Amino acid sequence: MSAGQIVLQRGLRRRVVRGLLLSLALIYVGILLVAPTVGILWTVLQDGTQMIFDTFALQDVQNAFRLTATITVITVVVTAFFGVITAWVLARDNFPGRSILNAFVDLPMAVSPVIVGLMAVLLFGRGGWFEPFFAAQGIQIIFAVPSMVIVTIFISIPFVIREVTPVLQEIGTDEEEAAKTLGASSLQSFFRVTLPNIKWALCYGIALSAARALGEIGAVLIVSGSLQGMNESATLWILRAIEERQDSQAYVVALTLAAVSILLLVSIEFFKHRRIKEISR
Amino acid sequence: MSFAEVSRRVEAPALSRGLGARLGRYGLRSIAIVYLAGLILLPLAAVITKGFGNGTAALTSALSSSGAQNAIKLTLVTALAAAIINAVFGTLLAYVLVRYHFPGRSLLSAIVDLPFAIPTLVTGVMLVALYGPASPIGARLAEAGIDVVFAPLGILMALLFITLPFVVRTVQPVLSELDEAQEEAAYVLGATTWTTFRRVVLPALRPAIAAGALLSFARSIGEFGSVIVVSGNLVNETLTAPVFIFQLTGQFKPEEAAAVSTVLFAISFTLVMVTYKLVSRTGEAI
Repeated sequence: MSAGQIVLQRGLRRRVVRGLLLSLALIYVGILLVAPTVGILWTVLQDGTQMIFDTFALQDVQNAFRLTATITVITVVVTAFFGVITAWVLARDNFPGRSILNAFVDLPMAVSPVIVGLMAVLLFGRGGWFEPFFAAQGIQIIFAVPSMVIVTIFISIPFVIREVTPVLQEIGTDEEEAAKTLGASSLQSFFRVTLPNIKWALCYGIALSAARALGEIGAVLIVSGSLQGMNESATLWILRAIEERQDSQAYVVALTLAAVSILLLVSIEFFKHRRIKEISR
Repeated sequence: MSFAEVSRRVEAPALSRGLGARLGRYGLRSIAIVYLAGLILLPLAAVITKGFGNGTAALTSALSSSGAQNAIKLTLVTALAAAIINAVFGTLLAYVLVRYHFPGRSLLSAIVDLPFAIPTLVTGVMLVALYGPASPIGARLAEAGIDVVFAPLGILMALLFITLPFVVRTVQPVLSELDEAQEEAAYVLGATTWTTFRRVVLPALRPAIAAGALLSFARSIGEFGSVIVVSGNLVNETLTAPVFIFQLTGQFKPEEAAAVSTVLFAISFTLVMVTYKLVSRTGEAI
């Protein structure tokens, strides 16, 4: 065999390997991710559009979406506001214990949502640490909306902080110092200099927070005490519909939730590209 | 002299402003500490103190029940299987995405991120819709004797769905930093694709693969939303530790729930810490 033939044969072999690896990857993703997604879409479409309208006409479903929207908005506002402050402190401030504080931020990632729910029960439930205080004020925390908001915030804490901190470190303090020298107050320098620099990272963090808050189930299931139609978020409604064998309605709401989240993902991708440009600038 | 230094010198005489800035700094620092300590540390302390409420005796007695042991065992086994499968297929996906150019590559890349966007409960619902007894595929599989839904296989598929991006997204950046010239050199010297991968590419990827697999393991042992729909939650058979904790809480047994939670949290916390060590080391290597 000539050298040329050997090279030709090995080139052929590499192409075959390439084809095999590619098909293996596509089959894996196809079975695992694409088939279930297409499957539920197909099932919903087969039931017809009337089923979709009927489901959204249900009072419980409307209430559930309203509650999910409320929880998500509160979560996003709180985690964005305190997240930016915390990110600033982690990136700019220097004090003993900062690295411990930094490690705390990732803790919610390591905790099962069910454990988060249990935490809220232990703090606010019967015999909990804070139960006497809130009972005296007549405020219901557990088995009510406030505890659902608290657990969702807990779970969403890391996203904004983890997105914004590296950008703050990257851009450094030169521009902020310049603004101060030119007579800007701290607030002016934050809103005119810092915020424009971190805005895409912040949006990315917010989108991740919102996606997480929308789909939260384990923690809210424990703390909601979900009575029918009351304290029932969209995910809780889906779970009840499945238990009551209203599969078609459950699929419609599940698909809606997925669609909203995917829309968020697409915007995340958009923000990511903007941010990459921002950093490379 | 850098700009920052100039500004610091100019600012130095303005003492009153310096005081204000310092107060602001302490204020922000306190807000950050109270936010994280109040919302993260305090609740965790509540669970751990409850878990050890009556000393280690209560912890061991809560963990000695067969229900608790089987739940923890099932959780660890399915999470381990998911981590191993992820390590193999995640690396394959990352390799294909980085090294091969083919039509639809960016679409595949977007699909890999899909699990980040889809709520885990919806993942469970999707799997039931596709493989459940009511669907044609599920019915055919049941005829063949393969149970997906309400069986450990369903739990594994749900975990694989949810954790698919982890290994891909940790390996991908490392692989794209790797110099392709080394691989070409190996080919030219007569190595096959497999030998090249094993001897040249894999050693560089190992920390990233380990980090991704550990992350998916840690994520898997806490997973609840998809599992509660898919598994059927049969005691001693398809009941995972998170669902077990949920049931204990519902039965007003917070001590036992806290005991199992403490074990679960200790495992995932250790894993996450090890992962960050690995990731920071790969970061330095680049």
